[in-house]
Amino acid sequence: MIHFVVLISRQGKVRLTKWYSPYSQKERTKVIRELSGMILARGPKLCNFVEWKGYKVVYRRYASLYFCMCIDADDNELEILEIIHHFVEILDRYFGSVCELDLIFNFHKAYYILDEILIAGELQEPSKKTVARLIAAQDALVETAKEQASSISNMIAQATK
Amino acid sequence: MGSQGGWGQSKEFLDLVKSIGEARSKAEEDRIILREIDTLKRRIAEPDVPRRKMKEYLIRLVYVEMLGHDASFGYIHAVKMTHDDSLLLKRTGYLAVTLFLNEDHDLIILIVNTIQKDLRSDNYLIVCAALTAVCKLINEETIPAVLPQVVELLGHSKEAVRKKAVLALHRFYQRAPNSVSHLISNFRKRLCDNDPGVMGATLCPLFDLIKEDINSYKDLVVSFVSILKQVAERRLPKTYDYHQMPAPFIQIKLLKILALLGSGDKQASGHMYTILGDIFRKSEPSSNIGNAVLYECICCVSSIFPNPKLLEAAVEATSRFLKSDSHNLKYMGIDALGRLIKINPDIAEEHQLAVIDCLEDPDDTLKRKTFELLYKMTKSSNVEVIVDRMIDYMRSINDNHYKTEIASRCVELAEQFAPSNQWFIQTMNKVFEHAGDLVNVRVAHNLMRLIAEGFGEDDEGADSQLRSSAVDSYLCILGEPKLPSVFLQVICWVLGEYGTTDGKYSASYIIGKLCDVAEAHSTDDTVKAYTISAIMKICAFEIAVGRKVELLPECQSLIDELSASHSTDLQQRAYELQALLGLDSQAVESVMPSDASCEDIEIDKNLSFLDSFVNQSMEKGARPYIPENERSGMFNIGNFRSQYQHEASSHSLRFEAYELPKPSPPPTIPQVVLPLPTTDLVPVPEQTYPRETHHAPNLPSATDASSVDFGVKLRLEGVQRKWGRPTYSSPSASSSSSTQKTANGATHLDGRTVSSQTRDNFYDSRKQQAEVSAEKQKLAASLFGASTAKSEKRQLPTHKTPKGVPTTAEKPAVKGAISSSEPPKEKTVPSSPPPDLLDLGEPTPASTPSIDPFKQLEGLLGPTSAPSAIDHSSAAGPKTPDLMALYTDTPPAAVSSGSLNPELADIYTVNKNSHGTTNVAAMNKGQNRQDSLQKDATARQVGVTPTENNPSLFRDLLG
Repeated sequence: MIHFVVLISRQGKVRLTKWYSPYSQKERTKVIRELSGMILARGPKLCNFVEWKGYKVVYRRYASLYFCMCIDADDNELEILEIIHHFVEILDRYFGSVCELDLIFNFHKAYYILDEILIAGELQEPSKKTVARLIAAQDALVETAKEQASSISNMIAQATK
Repeated sequence: MGSQGGWGQSKEFLDLVKSIGEARSKAEEDRIILREIDTLKRRIAEPDVPRRKMKEYLIRLVYVEMLGHDASFGYIHAVKMTHDDSLLLKRTGYLAVTLFLNEDHDLIILIVNTIQKDLRSDNYLIVCAALTAVCKLINEETIPAVLPQVVELLGHSKEAVRKKAVLALHRFYQRAPNSVSHLISNFRKRLCDNDPGVMGATLCPLFDLIKEDINSYKDLVVSFVSILKQVAERRLPKTYDYHQMPAPFIQIKLLKILALLGSGDKQASGHMYTILGDIFRKSEPSSNIGNAVLYECICCVSSIFPNPKLLEAAVEATSRFLKSDSHNLKYMGIDALGRLIKINPDIAEEHQLAVIDCLEDPDDTLKRKTFELLYKMTKSSNVEVIVDRMIDYMRSINDNHYKTEIASRCVELAEQFAPSNQWFIQTMNKVFEHAGDLVNVRVAHNLMRLIAEGFGEDDEGADSQLRSSAVDSYLCILGEPKLPSVFLQVICWVLGEYGTTDGKYSASYIIGKLCDVAEAHSTDDTVKAYTISAIMKICAFEIAVGRKVELLPECQSLIDELSASHSTDLQQRAYELQALLGLDSQAVESVMPSDASCEDIEIDKNLSFLDSFVNQSMEKGARPYIPENERSGMFNIGNFRSQYQHEASSHSLRFEAYELPKPSPPPTIPQVVLPLPTTDLVPVPEQTYPRETHHAPNLPSATDASSVDFGVKLRLEGVQRKWGRPTYSSPSASSSSSTQKTANGATHLDGRTVSSQTRDNFYDSRKQQAEVSAEKQKLAASLFGASTAKSEKRQLPTHKTPKGVPTTAEKPAVKGAISSSEPPKEKTVPSSPPPDLLDLGEPTPASTPSIDPFKQLEGLLGPTSAPSAIDHSSAAGPKTPDLMALYTDTPPAAVSSGSLNPELADIYTVNKNSHGTTNVAAMNKGQNRQDSLQKDATARQVGVTPTENNPSLFRDLLG
């Protein structure tokens, strides 16, 4: 099971966190501090895994962004590496050659996408196409809602003038 | 799509994100966020915030929280937003609550209603959003509220909904297995879902269920195999392909399940062989995902009933991993190797150099994994090298979590495989020195017991040798500045017990050292208690042999200080010491007999020595003691009694709060009738009128003062019980372990032969480390060992339970399984655990190895017979000759090279000493050498056997 997903930049800035096991806010801060200290210091040719307090953290670096997932000691690390890549590919398809800035400004979008890939710490959908379809359906709804909302707010704005 | 703007966020928010991005330090970031929190608090509290504005605030709150700050002031607004009708806002609300709230948060109860409503929605997107929230937020208490609806959704027309419903049920199962136990058939049904996504999701809960109860799912083996077959044959839609692999994530999940189902089940495993072979063949070692599947295949093969062909494929894949340049693959290879050697320990041999490379790799992760592998393959022949390595590594790290782990592993290995007591003590010293505060206290007690019990009663010479070597090493170590408290306790105890036994050190010298310890650790009461007790023992021993004890001034001041200590324990010890000093030698001898830590202490539970005193006072008119049961039987106080009896039975302090004293009963009834205010002293629950009247007749029967006495006595009773029974405590944790001895006696012969042989290796490994050249090769050789050592180890089980016939019958059966892959035939053969097969795989004649160690022992004892040992070992393995050549310079030569480093020299001399004794023993006892060896081994087994053994390790190693 995946216990949490953390995205940190090379400077140690947090870009996204998702916790599937209960951690208090204090623990979260501590975890992130510890992990970023450990992972960011690692050289490029070393393993993409770190053993950490009886768990394992699998990380993968894309440009200046580290994707880290914490898993149980008996999980398959290579599989998790590919789940990370799966996530990135979907992000890439969604944003169109995704970059760190996309995630910085649209972190909530990234959350929605992650929710379609992982649920309760398990891989939910191994098909990229299915995920893309679901996200598109939600966005379509959002667009229509937005149009309605803006037309309503226009009307209100005009009425209150 | 554009990356910035265009998403309806305000400029304010974009500025915030930008300024965070530009922040130079964490402090600056924190300042910005704190300002943002202030702003948000103000804005959110404004009346009539437009809903769309609120949505943005929530996202900003998520941002704040993500950066590690507390946004709890806005949680309620997130909850409110989930109630919104518009999907856009609702989704934001759900996103925010799932990120904010843990499953035990108070606000969850407010969301349950909304979730219930949304699960019934016509819009499947709303249902999906609600199900996502269900997975995160619903806890054990609220499961029943949504369970029926989630179950209903298993039949929803949209596959996305079905999938999420399955995973939600899985989550429920994880939280509270009982809540969904009646729904398990639903998971089986969903396995046949038309949508591969739903089927794949169903594998998650099934995996957990099967892990709990394998046997109920054996019927699914065929289905799983056929699903895996279809997946591997690319029958799934193309969209499930991942990097040209057909649905690898589903394959991996299936392989995990098959590994569980096939474990130790020959028939079930039989179904899997074909498909596993196919996957091996079709695997793509070029891609990462291909390797992930391969690795899972290896795991599966090593878990199910072994099949030689598949094992071969697994070994081949493993060696490819190990030879790869990628650290990731090496890591996986080491892990896979650890799994495969459980089936066949020989597999490790051909990869020894790769393993050594990994062990010396700068990558910490890889190193740790390799240590894990070494830990799994430790046996008596390589324990020294492995534990030495582990300790070296332990010194170099400062990750406490891992340090604890590796320290406990060292201790475990040392306890199980120690070739000699000296080595064991040396090793424990090192572990304590470097990770003392992290190891379990029990380990320290074990160590003390080992020193106290030594080799056993028959061989006092070796015992005292062991003790004096321990004393020597401890006196050396005491010079070091920072020692962990636990270790100091051991040292003090040993010094007190055996510091002066061999006459090498004077009492005043040891006492001086102990005083230094107490002074240096003035804040640690436990250590001080140990030191003062140790001083007391030394003084007692001195007095007992008739020598005069003159306390050093620093010792006297220590006693003075402790007599005035805040700790009553220390005070008592100090006073005891002072009292002891005033006694004559005979009294002291009986109070503190020398070397009596192993003796049982008899306790007179009836306190019969007080009888005369009791009789005397009875004659003087004292009332006789009334046993508790009779005493409380005098008055019938229902609740009161049972409550206190319960307390008496537990004999411990009460941690829960005391009951509130009941308000005194209505004044009209009791106080008037009975002049009994004293009962109120005790909190008596349920004071009722009838009971009190019951008291009345009893009272006059007691003596005059009873009305007062009664209350007081009651009270005292409670107090006394609260303190509980005084427990006997002594600094030594030793207890007689004679039963253990007999229990372990069975294996003693083997234990001895193994250890005698490993002493050779001990020399070898020591030397290797001194020699820099060709170091790796030698390390490999000493780790993986000459095959003699291995065969010896494997011989252990066959020795004990000769099972030649059943195992030979097994082999052809397995072969049949491979060739025909038809299970029915094998049904006649009783399935047995994998290792048996392997025992047979390389049948070792039991007679030869049992002779060899003795030959080698002869080699140890005298240089004359050394050649025979060499002959033997050179025949054994290709790697050993040079090692053995090293060995041929007999002990004297080894000593001469002792100048290499002090530690080394130390060990050599220690070993030389022990040679001396064994030699003498052998001379004296002549033909009975074997007997003495047996005794030796028995004692060693007892001393070194862990009280709480590590069953899995034992099983793995002994098969």
